[in-house]
Amino acid sequence: MSSTATANESTASADGVGAVALAPVNARLSAEEKIELFRQMVRIRRFEEFSIRAYQQRKIGGFCHTYIGQEAVAVGSISVLGADDHIITAYRDHGHALAVGMTMNECMAELYGKYTGCSKGKGGSMHFFAPKRNFWGGHGIVGGQTPLGAGLAFALKYLGKSGCCLCYLGDGAVNQGAFHESLNLAALWKLPVIYIIENNYYSMGTSQTRSSAGSPLAKRAEAYDMEWDVINGNDLYEVREKTEQAVRRAHEDHAPAILEMQTYRFRGHSMSDPEKYRTKDEVEERKQNDPIILFRRTLEEEGVLDEEAAETIDQEARAEAKASADFADQSPEPPAEELFTDIYKDDAQLRASLEAQKQKL
Amino acid sequence: MAKITYRKAVNQAIAEEMQRDDNVFLMGEEVAEYNGAYKVTEGLLDRFGAKRVIDTPISECGFAGLGVGAAMYGLRPIVEFMTWSFSLVAIDQIINNAANIRYMSGGLIHIPIVFRGPANGGVNVGATHSHTPENYYANVPGLKVVCPATAYDAKGMLKTAIRDNDPVCVMENTILYNEEWEVPEDEYLIPFGQADIKRKGTDISLIAHGRAVLAALEAARMLKDEEGIEAEVVDLRSIRPLDIDTIVESVRKTGRAVLVEENKPFCGVDAQVSHVIQDRAFDYLDAPVKRVSALDVPQPYNDTLEKMVLPDAQRVYKTCLAIL
Repeated sequence: MSSTATANESTASADGVGAVALAPVNARLSAEEKIELFRQMVRIRRFEEFSIRAYQQRKIGGFCHTYIGQEAVAVGSISVLGADDHIITAYRDHGHALAVGMTMNECMAELYGKYTGCSKGKGGSMHFFAPKRNFWGGHGIVGGQTPLGAGLAFALKYLGKSGCCLCYLGDGAVNQGAFHESLNLAALWKLPVIYIIENNYYSMGTSQTRSSAGSPLAKRAEAYDMEWDVINGNDLYEVREKTEQAVRRAHEDHAPAILEMQTYRFRGHSMSDPEKYRTKDEVEERKQNDPIILFRRTLEEEGVLDEEAAETIDQEARAEAKASADFADQSPEPPAEELFTDIYKDDAQLRASLEAQKQKL
Repeated sequence: MAKITYRKAVNQAIAEEMQRDDNVFLMGEEVAEYNGAYKVTEGLLDRFGAKRVIDTPISECGFAGLGVGAAMYGLRPIVEFMTWSFSLVAIDQIINNAANIRYMSGGLIHIPIVFRGPANGGVNVGATHSHTPENYYANVPGLKVVCPATAYDAKGMLKTAIRDNDPVCVMENTILYNEEWEVPEDEYLIPFGQADIKRKGTDISLIAHGRAVLAALEAARMLKDEEGIEAEVVDLRSIRPLDIDTIVESVRKTGRAVLVEENKPFCGVDAQVSHVIQDRAFDYLDAPVKRVSALDVPQPYNDTLEKMVLPDAQRVYKTCLAIL
């Protein structure tokens, strides 16, 4: 536990949550909107549980990194965005995908590698995309998406739009050179990009204390004269409040920032992780700060949610997740011709060689 | 027709496309205020302003990736590498991101970006600065790779690259920057995947790309002058897509092929060309296919040694005689 002891243990007290809830971005939420945020977190949780089940049944292959435990980060931060704001993340992308409004069906089908998946079965768990929903992936190489996030912000500024880009990364990505190059460019050129470090304390099986010098991680922003903050990533209201502030600065001043959201993943790094690097006690202790339980308690205290309504939401989310698994199961495999599409947009001169390969199948 | 340098041809291509499309912008190390490390981008900052001609820090991974992100959103970046040797610290962004995002997104996104700069040895700068990476980038589905050998080809192909909707790697050559060729004043584009017969011949095919085309042309002249042999010189121009038909047609006609490149030989571009010939023109061959590549050693600093590493007309000439 020593490796993970930090500031986030507990703004979870009723007083702490209450104080944060007073922030305008939260105070102006209607009861329905609050319930909707709760519903989104529950949907992610149940979706991931069905993805785990399907993986164990070998219906999902490859790598599958679940978002269980981190739901408040994606749901809270994405919920404050406007029409010109954009999102890009790393390989633990299912939560962000659902939070931007991608359907469980297209996501689950992609996990199953089916033709009905968001990438027609050609991207997989780590590579979900939905540009129409301002969601630019889903990127498999640790830290590789961080210059892309700066590029999206660059394009927004170049085109005179007022939006910004939220670029998520894990705590393991902060030691990649690409991240530091991105920070320098973002600060130097005043790009409206907000780097959200989802700190779950483990870069795969290596704890933060064994991989990263300096704490908190967000402090690295100081080297680039960039704003930074450390946030309880399990507290949806706090995530919303701090993200909204950073988004406003990005909109008004093109100011980049790093927000470190301290959270925890309750499952292994991926499905093949025996989790020998942490104790069961540590995981159980962290589950006391389960973001869904914390927000449910808050909403119950506020009188906007009761047990019956919470149960209904949970049952609906389970049913939706199960239906998505059934949908994926029954969906067709991508046809062999799909091997040869989507490689190039302008492929006139390449069709012959692609066709020749197809003929040999 | 007026003659201009290869350098000026590249400059004109960039300027014309920036004039044509506001979403085209140029970034790289020293491209703006310094006017380009090799003066290729001279005058562009004055003409188009700092918003569109952007000096970057020495941070290839960062600005190459930033370009990819901007291209996802619809801008059309031209990313200059001071040399392609420096692209090696940005290779993750070029291969994992620029080349793969379209496929992994099931076609939802495309990446209209140009990576360009010189890729050559021969200037006494040692192994780290002398890479010719057209073979490794051409190995990647999703990328297009072109190696123009003349000012005419450089201008026409770079303009095509900037209008192309996929990532294109344009590999130039610092030794060619000062060379002059005839270039028309009227606009023209050169499509990818079309090799160019730089010299017609009937006795042997010399197939080359990049600056090696000039060595092949010189060897062809020597063969004519010394032996009365008519060599055909095929300039690939584009590595991916590769113009297989023109290669095969030439070899079927001449029955003999010598492949010339400044690329290293092991798993090099001409290993692929050689395969294409045995696959599609095997029955037409009167002799084994021969290759004249750079020597399979790191690039030495020493001038005398480096001259031995790169293919020259003499080596091409001798190799041709061995199979004629």
